Amino acid sequence: MTAVADAPDMAKEIGRDRRRKEDQRLITGRTRWTDNLSLPGTLHLAMVRSPFAHATITSIDTTEAMAATNVVAVLTSEDLGESQGVCINAWPITPEQVTPPHLPIANGRVAFAGEIVAVVVARTAAEARDAAELVDVEYEQLPAVIGIKEAMKDEVLAHPDLGTNKSALWVFDSAAAGTGTDVEDAIAKARTDGVVIEREFRQQRLIPAFMEPRSVVVDPTGEQITVWSATQIPHILRFALAATTGVPESKIRVIAPDVGGGFGGKLQQTPEEMIAFAVARRLGKPVKYTETRSESLVSAHHGRDQWQKLTLSAEKDGTVTGLKVELQADLGAYVAIVGGGVPVLGAFMFNAIYKFPAYHFSCQTVLTNTTWTDAYRGAGRPEATFGIERMMDELAAELGVDPLVVREKNWIKHEEFPFTTVAGLEYDSGNYEIATAKAKEIFGYDELRAEQKRRRESNDPVQLGLGVSTFTEMCGLAPSRVLGSLDYGAGGWEHASVRMLATGKVEVVTGASAHGQGHETAFSQIVADRLGIPYDDIEVLHGDTQIASKGLDTYGSRSLVVGGEALVRAADKVIDKALPIAAHLLEASVEDVKFHEGRFQVVGTDAGISLAEVATATFAAHNLPDGVEPSIDADATFDPVNFNYPHGTHLCAMEVDTETGQVTMRKYTCVDDIGNIINPLIVSGQVHGGLVQGIAQALWEEAVYDDQGTLVSGSFVDYLLPTAADTISFEVDHTTTPALTNSLGTKGVGEAGTIASTPAVVNAIVDAVRHLGVNDVQMPCTPERVFNAIHSQGSGGATEGAAMPHFDPDAEPGTSSTADQQGAGA
Amino acid sequence: MTRINLTVDGAKVADDVEPRMLLVQYLREKLGKTGTVVGCDTSNCGACTVHLDGTSVKSCNVLAVQADGSEVTTIEGLAATYDGGDLHPMQEAFRECHGLQCGYCTPGMIMQSVAFLKENPKPTEEEIRVGIEGNLCRCTGYHNIVRAVQLASGQGDHQSAGASTVGVPAEEATS
Amino acid sequence: MIPTQFDYLAPTTVEEALSALATHGDDAKILAGGQSLLPVLRMRLNAPEMVIDLGRIESLRGIRDDGDAIVIGAMTPHSVVGKDPLVKEHALLIHKAVEHLADEQIRHRGTFGGALAHADPAGDLGAPALALDASFVIAGPGGTRTVPAAEFFVDLFETAIGEDELLTEVRVPKHTGWGAHYEKFVRVAHQWPIVAVAATVKGSAGSLEDVKIGLTNMGSTPLRAKATEDALRGGGDLATAAQLADQDTNPPSDLNGEASYRRHLAKVLTRRAVTAASGG
Repeated sequence: MTAVADAPDMAKEIGRDRRRKEDQRLITGRTRWTDNLSLPGTLHLAMVRSPFAHATITSIDTTEAMAATNVVAVLTSEDLGESQGVCINAWPITPEQVTPPHLPIANGRVAFAGEIVAVVVARTAAEARDAAELVDVEYEQLPAVIGIKEAMKDEVLAHPDLGTNKSALWVFDSAAAGTGTDVEDAIAKARTDGVVIEREFRQQRLIPAFMEPRSVVVDPTGEQITVWSATQIPHILRFALAATTGVPESKIRVIAPDVGGGFGGKLQQTPEEMIAFAVARRLGKPVKYTETRSESLVSAHHGRDQWQKLTLSAEKDGTVTGLKVELQADLGAYVAIVGGGVPVLGAFMFNAIYKFPAYHFSCQTVLTNTTWTDAYRGAGRPEATFGIERMMDELAAELGVDPLVVREKNWIKHEEFPFTTVAGLEYDSGNYEIATAKAKEIFGYDELRAEQKRRRESNDPVQLGLGVSTFTEMCGLAPSRVLGSLDYGAGGWEHASVRMLATGKVEVVTGASAHGQGHETAFSQIVADRLGIPYDDIEVLHGDTQIASKGLDTYGSRSLVVGGEALVRAADKVIDKALPIAAHLLEASVEDVKFHEGRFQVVGTDAGISLAEVATATFAAHNLPDGVEPSIDADATFDPVNFNYPHGTHLCAMEVDTETGQVTMRKYTCVDDIGNIINPLIVSGQVHGGLVQGIAQALWEEAVYDDQGTLVSGSFVDYLLPTAADTISFEVDHTTTPALTNSLGTKGVGEAGTIASTPAVVNAIVDAVRHLGVNDVQMPCTPERVFNAIHSQGSGGATEGAAMPHFDPDAEPGTSSTADQQGAGA
Repeated sequence: MTRINLTVDGAKVADDVEPRMLLVQYLREKLGKTGTVVGCDTSNCGACTVHLDGTSVKSCNVLAVQADGSEVTTIEGLAATYDGGDLHPMQEAFRECHGLQCGYCTPGMIMQSVAFLKENPKPTEEEIRVGIEGNLCRCTGYHNIVRAVQLASGQGDHQSAGASTVGVPAEEATS
Repeated sequence: MIPTQFDYLAPTTVEEALSALATHGDDAKILAGGQSLLPVLRMRLNAPEMVIDLGRIESLRGIRDDGDAIVIGAMTPHSVVGKDPLVKEHALLIHKAVEHLADEQIRHRGTFGGALAHADPAGDLGAPALALDASFVIAGPGGTRTVPAAEFFVDLFETAIGEDELLTEVRVPKHTGWGAHYEKFVRVAHQWPIVAVAATVKGSAGSLEDVKIGLTNMGSTPLRAKATEDALRGGGDLATAAQLADQDTNPPSDLNGEASYRRHLAKVLTRRAVTAASGG
């Protein structure tokens, strides 16, 4: 028998809207951000960064900087040599991938504006910054290649030595894979007797823009070199530090203390971390580096940045017969840790919730002289979802039917699960019908359609549009075998430990490293139910390789569905280990003892003992059965067999002021199916935040480069994050189809909102003005683009032009009047 | 160096500072008040918001020398910081409504919300949204922050923060 | 994030400030509320050797009634201007513009005179000051002089204030009973306006007695929509008159919009601002 058979029945904590354990510290300012750390003798780093996108470094003169007061060292790539390690690409997507070497400090040539060319070490951060300006670097500018379309020409090369900008071409074809038929046949047939929709969409470049700027502190004074970093991936960072510097992994301890958001942007092994590690080792003193926001925007990795050429074939009744996807993706100057793998994660998602018989996907990655790109919330899946959900709306418009109708015609019916898709994934569960029905009802779909009709008929200057996005995604990264088959450099398992303390309290250790998600709360709820231990008696530990020695960290909506399952299994092992001890203490046979709600009970009697008491007895170890070790602690490492497939129906109503192009969100309703919910409050937060990031891609955010390769949107003045005044309250609801691939029946929720919302918003905007001849608006849908789309019937054109000089950068004292010196007001 | 005297979170402090030192740097580096954080360099994000002589300011946008003679309240002085101590109602509301995730914007968001309610004790949702427009949050989508401010103002309740989705039955869908 | 080193003076009188300015001249920056200057210093876009802080000069703060005008001290914070009953009664347009200026924290700290002297053409106060025919009182070594708004704004970030002078107060002629509206067009709330229109109107819709319109971010300085004003004063209908709003403007092209789009916005926003100001 297994003693834990009864455990799930208790279910007291799971499903509760527990307030978060994390919050007491965070709301009182009792925080441990990396930049808060201050070790005695700490030296501070300032980076000297290239102002040019592409240039040869002809000389670096550090004399003046070295002579400055309180400067300890000024170091170049040559000075640090092999000690700086390298920045790795863990996912070469093809064996032939062209991958430029990536040193933390550029040696001889810079490939993007913002790349580090030297590091200054001083007693204070201010003095380091002062001296950084005294480092005299001479550059010889090289032609820079900016933008995918320019890079594809291979005329100007981002890395001349490589001979090409083209890094890798990754292809999936359903006919070749045996998962479907030939898409070219489907398109050819549709051209004769069906419908073919062809569109080219731009996935603009975004910046993750986590609120806490990245920071790293390295203390080399102990036997283990300790690295505190504002990272999502302490375990992977430790591996990368060891693998590329030659320092034994066992000599490195990485701690991710309180981390202020990541969204994929802190899923990186950064040059700054590598440099801090090398400098600390070289000087034997603790060092600290904290970036400014402007540095963060130019040097922390960017996301998205694709051109998508899509061809969709359908029969005249709306049945889709094939989808062909031709992507071009901008890697930036280097192939980042996941890099080209991000668009490949989208390869499996363009077919979304639909039963397409034929599918072809290709992605050409290119190198440019821009900041490198990598994971940003959703990573590949928002791009794919955007592409297909825009196409389904276009198909509906072409056929003159409601966009929900055309979706329903093509989606997988709930009785058809499990379903193997044309991309080769097996979806375990889902019910698109009821999620959609519920969303329509809450949203008031029919009433809004009626209002839309009235506004059109009355030629209202403010038009209304409704946008649909019926999304699914693959998350819970990831089955290690699948990752292996895709040439990813690591596995996708997760680890957990449950430590039963002598006093009956519990320490739970997880390898998933939270940075705002609320693991401490949700994981406590899971363990509380599983072990029958009070919620408040459970402490969740994470983010320190000395405590959580094994782990693969937090990204890809994996913590709960992979890490949570590891936790369940570790907890079950605790009970299994405690059972013989309990039986021994109860003087009963193991077969007669059942575990229920935290107690081992002799069946049919009042005799019992709590798990906490067993823990205390095990600690004392005075009276254990023969041959049983004095510990009921347990570990588990879980490797999922499949991805996890949340889905949902998102409906958005947008108002478009046709006179100005201004767009205003009127209403947003989403009904997500994320399986069983551990904590509805935390889930709501993930959904709200995810929605706004996806909406922000549709409406506001864009990393813009000028043709010299300068990031024009290089501060929060020009990289537009929305405020509370720009957003609305959302209507969030759920349906529940439990996942079948983990014992809690949960699905990931961290990325769902971001993946789903972007196409819903753009579809709504296009829907509002389609009758005016518009069939696309390029993102972000700025008022100017929307206005241009209405009046010239294009998609609005690219973002060009410089940022406005509100801070009067060029005026020197006295060169204009003193008036401009009287700074105030903004 | 310039000598400054302030009252910070109720305590009198004095230091010699460089004129270029920002108030936020003074709080963090000299006083160890690391509860107040820096999120940007253009004064857009509001993470560093504190109260200076009773009104909210972005402490990155004030020199420490400008604050000489003033009274400063940071997130650490708003209420007791020890477990079990009385929280300020705004802090309670942020926790109750799940108005924070990573928590980095939270000190500034709370300090601004407290100052805002002082000027407008019963705001509408729209007024709340505009009242905290100088504070960026990347995690919450603002939805639950707005709920928190409503709750702290004695309006609304935490249910609309998303807790209402509790107990949605594992319904038909499981069929 | 850390400014370069500078020395610091905090005079307590205008005379002391002028004397400091005379001594340090080119090497000095004047610090009013600091809400634009400090970002510049933090990003090291400017590196003054001396910062002269006007924050301790009490005489520069406050708002008073002066017969046919109200007088706003240069160092009066926006939040004080926004709540001031005199401003609301006699210069409603300023009240409306200040309401939407930056954000609450910035309004607590930033000052009326500082913002005007900063002369960012995208700043929210220039167009209202121009529309209301405000005049600027400037103190210098030789005493004070008064400059009308039409001559105050010279160019991008440049005003009539001389190198050795200070703006001390702004006189706003009373526009008692005039309706007003500030129509600000942004993509996100914490942005400078892409274009904004400041309109103040005497009389009501249908029987306009007078109208004054200022344009924000339609050139290197705040501008008046003179052609529109003239057309309206001549009894022209608003829809037609608003089409003239971009006459004699020279709007910038940047990330947020091309000049041609700004010209279009100016027309639409002018119509809306005048409509709202006249109670429409």
